[in-house]
Amino acid sequence: MFLINCPFCGERDQSEFSSGGEAHVVRPKQPTELSDDEWAEYLFMRKNIKGIQFERWNHVHGCRKWFNVVRDTSNDKILSVYKMGEKPPVNYK
Amino acid sequence: MKNKYSVFSLIKNALSQHENWQQAWGNPEPKKEYDAIIVGGGGHGLATAYYLAKKHNLKNIAVLEKGWIGGGNTGRNTTIIRSNYLWDASAGLYDHALKLWENLSQELNYNVMFSQRGVMNLAHNLQDVRDLKRRTHANRLNGIDAVWLNTEEVKKFCPIINTSPSIRYPVLGGTLQRRAGTARHDAVAWGYARGASEMGVDIIQNCEVKGIKRNGDRVEGLETTKGFIKTNKIGVVAAGHSSVVANMAGLKLPLESKPLQALVSEPVKPIIDTVVMSNAVHAYVSQSDKGELVIGAGTDSYVSYTQRGSHNIVEETLKAILELYPIFSRMKMLRQWGGIVDICPDASPIISKTNIKGLYFNCGWGTGGFKATPGSGDLFAHTIANDEPHKLNAAFNLNRFISGDLVDEHGAAAVAH
Repeated sequence: MFLINCPFCGERDQSEFSSGGEAHVVRPKQPTELSDDEWAEYLFMRKNIKGIQFERWNHVHGCRKWFNVVRDTSNDKILSVYKMGEKPPVNYK
Repeated sequence: MKNKYSVFSLIKNALSQHENWQQAWGNPEPKKEYDAIIVGGGGHGLATAYYLAKKHNLKNIAVLEKGWIGGGNTGRNTTIIRSNYLWDASAGLYDHALKLWENLSQELNYNVMFSQRGVMNLAHNLQDVRDLKRRTHANRLNGIDAVWLNTEEVKKFCPIINTSPSIRYPVLGGTLQRRAGTARHDAVAWGYARGASEMGVDIIQNCEVKGIKRNGDRVEGLETTKGFIKTNKIGVVAAGHSSVVANMAGLKLPLESKPLQALVSEPVKPIIDTVVMSNAVHAYVSQSDKGELVIGAGTDSYVSYTQRGSHNIVEETLKAILELYPIFSRMKMLRQWGGIVDICPDASPIISKTNIKGLYFNCGWGTGGFKATPGSGDLFAHTIANDEPHKLNAAFNLNRFISGDLVDEHGAAAVAH
């Protein structure tokens, strides 16, 4: 359990949010041309990182907006929050 | 077996004040090379090593465990064993395990306290009723015992359940698998460790895998905190940390690791002599032989490796428990903990070869792996020894995420994912 600093509403309890999983998984531009392997990669395969992970969250019991979070999954510390469409911070690779 | 446990060994040791019991498994330093190495010394990993040695005649085997054996999810689960899954592939897998459970204490000469006290799954809405009735029929077609109980029969089987129609999610019936039940989870790890060690398997604790050495498309060995160990067969059974180990070999798996919580109450007199699970409101409860209520909560919605879990998840489960069992309203909870579970998109496990020769994965058991421990070990050992899956785990390959031939068991997995 932790607090998330929603870029629109400010700091709220994590239970107000819904996790959208790994961020920056790009939706295929031409789905009809994808092979089964590429579909599997897009739909199912995840980095599932222990450490610093870029992920999406939705403030589902608040403003209902989506945004991105950089979080260390080994201790649940949130390192950065940035809006959809913004470039991910480069100092957490 | 050198030190066979029996009533006679008990009497003999009682006469010497129990000071002369021999250690149940060895504590060796790793050799330079093994025929096969199992990564992960939980129940599944130790069972894999046991069956590799017993049925496949491989003797030069090591099990590497980064902590102590059975200290991960094997020692953290709620010990429930059942096989009432929907699809044929799952029924085959889980009932194979259940059949092995029925004779496991004798097989291992170690009391795993397997208790077939029955598992009841409750229905709280019309869709639950339809799904559970369908699952009952599917189970019976697969030779798995299952019966549908109406509300009165549920009440008769477990009288402390509140079956009043006025509660928020009333009990509309349930299914019962009488062969299902519980076992003592630590004893399962210890029994397999003892059996494997007896056959010459090296169980190496406090040894963490740091890297997988590859030569082209095949494995050559493992970098560990106790140095490099050569092998050409690696079976990874690392539960919540499967993706971490897979990343070392440059593989991505269809898994997300999340905290799953459980809790136990103070011990009380026998009050519930079965296991009751309720998916819709997310409450499941049984009573340990010590008298504690053993309660399973849900998973957090986000990836985390913290082995903690959020307070609101526990709160929701306890709310549901109180509505279903008002008799527990003044119970105090003693302990709460979390384990990291590796969840597959179809809520079914992976027991599979990979596209790297000599690298095998047994993972994705998510929230319900304990019940499958003996079967999982047996089938994974077969897969490693023959480089081919057994027919019972053929459907649980990694390739299903590419072919689309998923085994969707979200309905039968007790914890909603």
